[in-house]
This record gives sequence, C-alpha cells and structure tokens, in this order.
Amino acid sequence: MAKTHQITAGFMPLMDSAVLVTAKEMGFAEAEGIDLTLVREMSWANIRDRLAVGHFQVAHMLAPMPIACNLGLTPLAVPTIVPMALGLGGNAVTVSNTVWAAMSAYGAEANFDPSMAGHALKKVVSERVAERKAVLRFAVVHPYSGHNYELRYWLAACGIDPSRDIEIVIVPPPLMVDALASGTIDGYCVGEPWNTAAALLGRGHIATIKAAIWRSSPEKVLGVGALWAQENPEALSALLRALSNAAKWCGDARNHDDLTRILAEKLYVGQPEGWMLPALRGQLPIGGERTVAVSDFFVPFAKAATFPWKSHALWFYSQMVRWGQVQHTAENAQIARETYRPDIYRAALKPLGIALPVANAKVEGALTAATPVGSSGASLVLGPDGFFDGGLFDPDKLDAYIASQKQ
Amino acid sequence: MPAVQKPLSILVIDENHLRASVIEAGLREAGYDDLTIVHDVVGIARRIEDVQPDVIMINLENPNRDMLENMFQLSRAVKRPIAMFVDRSDSASIEAAVEAGVSAYVVDGLKRERVKPVLDMAISRFNAFSRMSRELDEARSELEKRKLVERAKGILMSTRGLSEQQAYVLLRKTAMSQNRKISEIAESLITAAGLLAPPDEEK
Repeated sequence: MAKTHQITAGFMPLMDSAVLVTAKEMGFAEAEGIDLTLVREMSWANIRDRLAVGHFQVAHMLAPMPIACNLGLTPLAVPTIVPMALGLGGNAVTVSNTVWAAMSAYGAEANFDPSMAGHALKKVVSERVAERKAVLRFAVVHPYSGHNYELRYWLAACGIDPSRDIEIVIVPPPLMVDALASGTIDGYCVGEPWNTAAALLGRGHIATIKAAIWRSSPEKVLGVGALWAQENPEALSALLRALSNAAKWCGDARNHDDLTRILAEKLYVGQPEGWMLPALRGQLPIGGERTVAVSDFFVPFAKAATFPWKSHALWFYSQMVRWGQVQHTAENAQIARETYRPDIYRAALKPLGIALPVANAKVEGALTAATPVGSSGASLVLGPDGFFDGGLFDPDKLDAYIASQKQ
Repeated sequence: MPAVQKPLSILVIDENHLRASVIEAGLREAGYDDLTIVHDVVGIARRIEDVQPDVIMINLENPNRDMLENMFQLSRAVKRPIAMFVDRSDSASIEAAVEAGVSAYVVDGLKRERVKPVLDMAISRFNAFSRMSRELDEARSELEKRKLVERAKGILMSTRGLSEQQAYVLLRKTAMSQNRKISEIAESLITAAGLLAPPDEEK
C-alpha cells in the first residue's frame, strides 16, 4: 500500500495559488500519496509565522521571501528552501485613472510597453515636482516581494528615483483596488486578480506588466521548511511531482474554465471567475470591452516555469542590496544562492520525463527570443528572458552588477 | 531606591470590537491601564507616534500585518525600533500565540519578563473568545437542528395525518432503530420529501 504523506500548505488568495490549489482539487497530490491540506491565509507574515511554528510544512511564498528569511531580515523566520517555483509572470502595475490620463497626455499607450509607460510617468512625476504637489504614492504587497523590486527597477530605469520621486507603501492585495479608488494610493504593483479587477471595475488602468519588465521571471515559489525537507525527502519529492503535474494542467488552455471555477470558490481566491480568466487567457482588460493580448502574462508550466533558477535568487538578492535592505557580502550572496535548490527539483522530477534544465543558473536577459536549450528528459525551449531596458544579469558577475546599480 | 517602572503602554489593534473589549477587560483587570484600542489601521502610523506604545498587539486575521511590520522597520513615525515578540528560548509561548491567533510587537530593549505576562493574558483572552464563539456557533446549530425536526414533524403530520406527538415519536423511534441522531433523520426526511414532491411544488 502506498504511504500517505500528510502535508499542510499555507497560501494567499491570489490567482498564482493555482498550482497548489490544482494539486489538491484535481487529485494530483492524492495520486502521489499525499494528503494535502490547504490553509488560506490573510498575510505573508502569517504564512512565515505558521511555517516557523510548524503548522505548515510548505507554503505559497513571494519569490524573494525565503531569501529574506534566511538572511535574517524578517522576524520569526526559520531556514527555508525553495525547491520549486510556482510559475512565471502574473503581476502588473496599475495606476489610477487620473494618473493614467496624465500619462496618456505624455504619450503612454495602452500596450503595456514598460519603456513608453515609464517615460510618460517620469514626465508626470517631474510635473508634480515643478508644481510642488505631493509625490505619487505607489503600493506593493511586501518589502521582500518581486512586486517591490520590479516596480523599483522599472521606475529607476525610466529615470524615476523610487526612494525620492515617489513614495512606496505596503497594502494587502485585497485592499488595493479600494485604496486606488479612494485616492489613498495612485498606483500599485500586485498579483492577479487585482489588476484585472481594477480595470474591469473602471477604477484603474494597467500601465505595464511583470512579463514585460522582466520576461520569464518568477513570482511565487514553494517555500519549504529546511528541517522538514531534510527529514522528509520522500514526501517532498512526491509533492514536487504532484505540483509539476498540477502546473502542466494549469498551463493547458483547455482547463482554464475549470481552473477559474475552482479558484473562484470561497475556499480559495473567492473572487469572480471573470476577474481571473483574462490573466489566464493572456487577454488583459484596458477599459470598456478592449483587451491587450499578452501570451506569456502568466506561465505556470512551459519554459521550465517551475524551475528554481539560482540566477533568479541572486537577482532578487542584488535588488535587496540595491535598495538598502541588506549589506552585500560573499556570505550573504551564498545564503541567497543556496536558498534555491534546483538539485532537489531535478532529483524529484526526473521520473516524470519532463524537460529539466541542465544548468542551475542562466544569464538573465541573454535570450532575446525563444531558444532551445540543453535539457534532460523532453526538449526545452526557454526565453525570451530579458529586462525591458536591455540590462543583462550574469550571476557570475554579481559584484560588478551590484556595483553598477549603486547611485 | 529602585527606579519606579513606568507602566507599560499597550496598543491593541483588532477589528472585532467584541474581542477587543474582552482583551481590554482582561488587561485592565491585570492592572494595565495605559491601553489604546483601535479597530481600524487607517492612520495607524500617526496613532503609534502619539501613543508611543511599548507593546502592540494585532490579531492574525488582520490582513495589515505586512504593512505594520514594514512600518516598524522603516517609518520615521516610529521613533523607537519595534520588533516582533520573539524569544527563541520560549518557542512554546510563540506557538501558543500563533495558535491563539495573536501576534505581539515590542519596543527594543523591553525586558522579556515585563512583556510575557501581557502576551500570556492576550493569549488566554483570545482563546476564551474563540471558545465563546464556538459555543455560540454550537448554540446556533442546535437551534437549526430543532428547526429541522419541526419541519420534519410538519411533513409527517400533513402526509400521514399524524398528530404532532405521534410525528415526533415516529422520528425518535426511527432514529433509535437506525442508531442516528433525530436531526439527521429529520434532514433525510426533508430531503426525501423535496425529491418526492410533485414537479409543480418544486418551487
């Protein structure tokens, strides 16, 4: 008889909890002998705390969060590893209708082009400075989030100093749309469905998207208590296989209607199906009936989307250093590098015969088009994976990259 | 002469008014009078600046914990560094807090012995409140069960021409012979009656 592994996972009610939710609801966890319990949480702090006290063995986490935990930047953190990502892309930058109108007057178009939108925003920001108006206030969900780093990267690359020219505050995802509508904030970077929701409700406009700022970049990951992982390698392998199968199911367009129905349930995201389908289909609303097509807005499986690249971990680390959250030392860089565990991923998924990258890290921005790369198992196509401003991140030249970002 | 310790200033953030008052009462009974209770985080930075609390408590259901923690780390509004109440040597107490659903943040340098009783009090009050809510839920479901039995009796009375007492005895006997609860038998009967009802009565 197959052994049953009891695993409890915490998650936040966001569209990119899809892979975890599907693993349970579509029976992928059960097929691997896992009795998976999912617990809906209200804050990333809760997820961190409950992983620390052992209520959760694994959790849906912001990609940089486990690195911050291991660097000792957050309270009550325990050593956490990332043996798998939970998809690429999936978030966006939304601005208020007022800000969008001003950006449009400076040439921004509804095509999510980061450069065009950013340079228009730069002019809006400069105008406000000249008129001695209060700086624009943007919100992200957490200081150690992809949202925070992408937003800052985008702004800085467009000549806006995110520490001086605007203000960045923390707002929980479900409160973003109301905060935007009430004028408490002027824009935000958040995961779905909260960009689509603002656009469909007519309360904001999607200015640009993660999938354009840094193509093929990770958003959420599976955070795993390091001690539990060490003591339960079989259970972890089984879970990774279940999640990989779930990710494949999520990536199949034929399943998107079913997936949105499941996610819409109160137990999970608990928001209307119509708010989630646009992002899954890659047809994002820009007001009225109009949409913009983005084929790689959210990629749960293709392009090795669940592979925990060490170059991703190191880029997040480089941004923590850039924005003064941590001091750059060889030791800290090593902690960040060791947080992501492609070795565990490969060992667990080998039996599935899916495409597994041979390398542990890649030069982010090296692939300007979809390119076949070295893999074991099935053949693998990666990219494009570039930053919108043409920047390259070579994880072997971390020191130089960090130095080049000093202001 | 030992320096007189200033009483701890405690800020409780809880959107649940009832629970907030349960906690407030507990802390007051324990002699903590310098209390501030807020139900909404709007303007919380200003409030913290005014009150200068030594201890801040927030329930885990509040989605604003991430915002608060970020504020504690960065904000100019918070003059003294605030950290989560963490004492590695006392993991049981941390676990008890998380289980009860409360987290506490304390200003830097505050002695553990001074904070622990406050946290313990909050934990016990949180647990008491959960117990109370659970009992209330149970009372509610008890009422629901009674309503089910009433409806089942009504169905038996109208379809089989029984008196109320006879209908109840029949339900009770059936429950006993099947080793099930009377409310379960009532529920099955209501479901069955709904399925067997002629189509025009379905609405």
